[in-house]
Amino acid sequence: MTSFAATPPTTADAQTTTASRTRIQVRGLDFHYNGFHALKQISMDIPERKVTAIIGPSGCGKSTLLRVFNRIYAIYPGQVASGDVLLDGENILDPRYSMNRLRSKVGMVFQKPVPFPMTIYENIAYGIRHHEKLKRKQMEERVEEALRSAALWDEVKDKLKQSALGLSGGQQQRLCIARGIALKPEVLLLDEPTSALDPIATGRIEQLIEELKKTFTIVIVTHNMQQAARVSDHTAFMYMGELIEFGDTEKIFTKPDKKQTEDYITGRFG
Amino acid sequence: MSAIYRRRYATNIIALTLSGIATLIGLTFLAWILWITISRGISAVGVPLFTKITAYADQGGLANAIVGSMLIDLMAILICAPIGVLAGTYLAEYARRTKLGSVIRFLNDILLSAPSIVLGLFVYVIVVLPMTSITNGSVSFSAFAGAVALALIGLPVIVRTTDEMLQLVPGTLREAALSLGIPQWKLTVQVLMRASGSGIATGVLLALARLAGETAPLLFTAFGNNYMAYGLLDKMASLPVSIYQYTNDPNPAMHAIAWAGALLITLFVLALSLLTRLFFARKKVNHD
Repeated sequence: MTSFAATPPTTADAQTTTASRTRIQVRGLDFHYNGFHALKQISMDIPERKVTAIIGPSGCGKSTLLRVFNRIYAIYPGQVASGDVLLDGENILDPRYSMNRLRSKVGMVFQKPVPFPMTIYENIAYGIRHHEKLKRKQMEERVEEALRSAALWDEVKDKLKQSALGLSGGQQQRLCIARGIALKPEVLLLDEPTSALDPIATGRIEQLIEELKKTFTIVIVTHNMQQAARVSDHTAFMYMGELIEFGDTEKIFTKPDKKQTEDYITGRFG
Repeated sequence: MSAIYRRRYATNIIALTLSGIATLIGLTFLAWILWITISRGISAVGVPLFTKITAYADQGGLANAIVGSMLIDLMAILICAPIGVLAGTYLAEYARRTKLGSVIRFLNDILLSAPSIVLGLFVYVIVVLPMTSITNGSVSFSAFAGAVALALIGLPVIVRTTDEMLQLVPGTLREAALSLGIPQWKLTVQVLMRASGSGIATGVLLALARLAGETAPLLFTAFGNNYMAYGLLDKMASLPVSIYQYTNDPNPAMHAIAWAGALLITLFVLALSLLTRLFFARKKVNHD
């Protein structure tokens, strides 16, 4: 097994090692905000139906990279991404690429659980309703399906009409995952999804990720290296806006190619 | 106990005492105001207060002023609440970090602290005078003009609270909705307004409490009326103006009625504040 080439950023260098198809191709991605060069010539191939973890010290750009994949950064003025990010061969950074379409294909879950101030049912149905017109019965099925996939159904099936704000933190986060997968996206972005949760809730989310990768391509940003090692198939290590090394998780955590990666993994800096 | 602990202990005692005294002074005046209003006004509180009009002062009634206040205040809040909520939403959601936004915010703060008599005169010039000339004097002072003047008092309060309440909604809630493909306007109306709804409603009720007690803006606009009036374009009595008129009366019996009017306003504002607290405090539980 060889690692994914991180630099230099030419097409020929970004290769996959697994049999799995590539879902997102990143080529020569640069990101600036207010004059700060936050991502430098990132190129990587994110494989389909695998968990790809992005690790690195605070401020290395890992969250920024994740936020490029659904262009959520675009809501803030002064943030600019350039280069190519291909989803199914189409460049999502192209202004003509419909935001609506992108966000139905790429779901996102954030660090802190943020349920909408609505009922549990409405939290799921709200997003679906914006993209699809469903009959009541179909909608109920979709909501149930999403909640089942997020391993939350049994806990909430009797209180679907209650406010989502009454759920525990871990349940809220699974609700947010359910809300994201209810749109049947291809890719699920997880931005430190367990950093606000206790160990038990964290364990449940990790189990869930294991389950979800059968259907979705998952990219997870995490501060927690044990978590990256536990849940991911591939790991990307970033430092100061650069992709230092990208490869199979096992390799990254046992015998990485780069000294910097090894130093970070072994806790010598970060 | 070491020296450093003794010093901290002493500092704590001093700070606690000073802030306790400050609180006590505030509360004393509040209780005092309530006591004076009640003790002086209670004698005039009775059925006639609510049934008799001010035209027959010896009957001790404020009925027309009570009805007038309710009508004018209601109209004022109907004018300023939608404008204020929309303007506040604009500030928080569309102009949060823009130059225009901070200029508007600054101007709004000026309006917030503008002397109310100035707002009354302003409305006199832009509403009362034109109306008089258009209608050849058959309409001059009107309840409508009074409502506009009071709306100007309430508007900046609502703009500011709406702006602040929306800014308090965590940015991640916005990102979460946008990342589902929800467009900005839907996000604002269906998610953010719901998340900060109780805060915005509190702002509207506070504005109502604020404008209900204003006298100056009404002097040159609604003017006052000793008879019952219901028309938008009629001169209309109001509690604050009636209080003002009665306190200038040499007859001490009138003073008692004025106090009773003051008591009514105070109780109304008090009830409004309590209601807001009871009503909206409950909904905030579980929010993180």
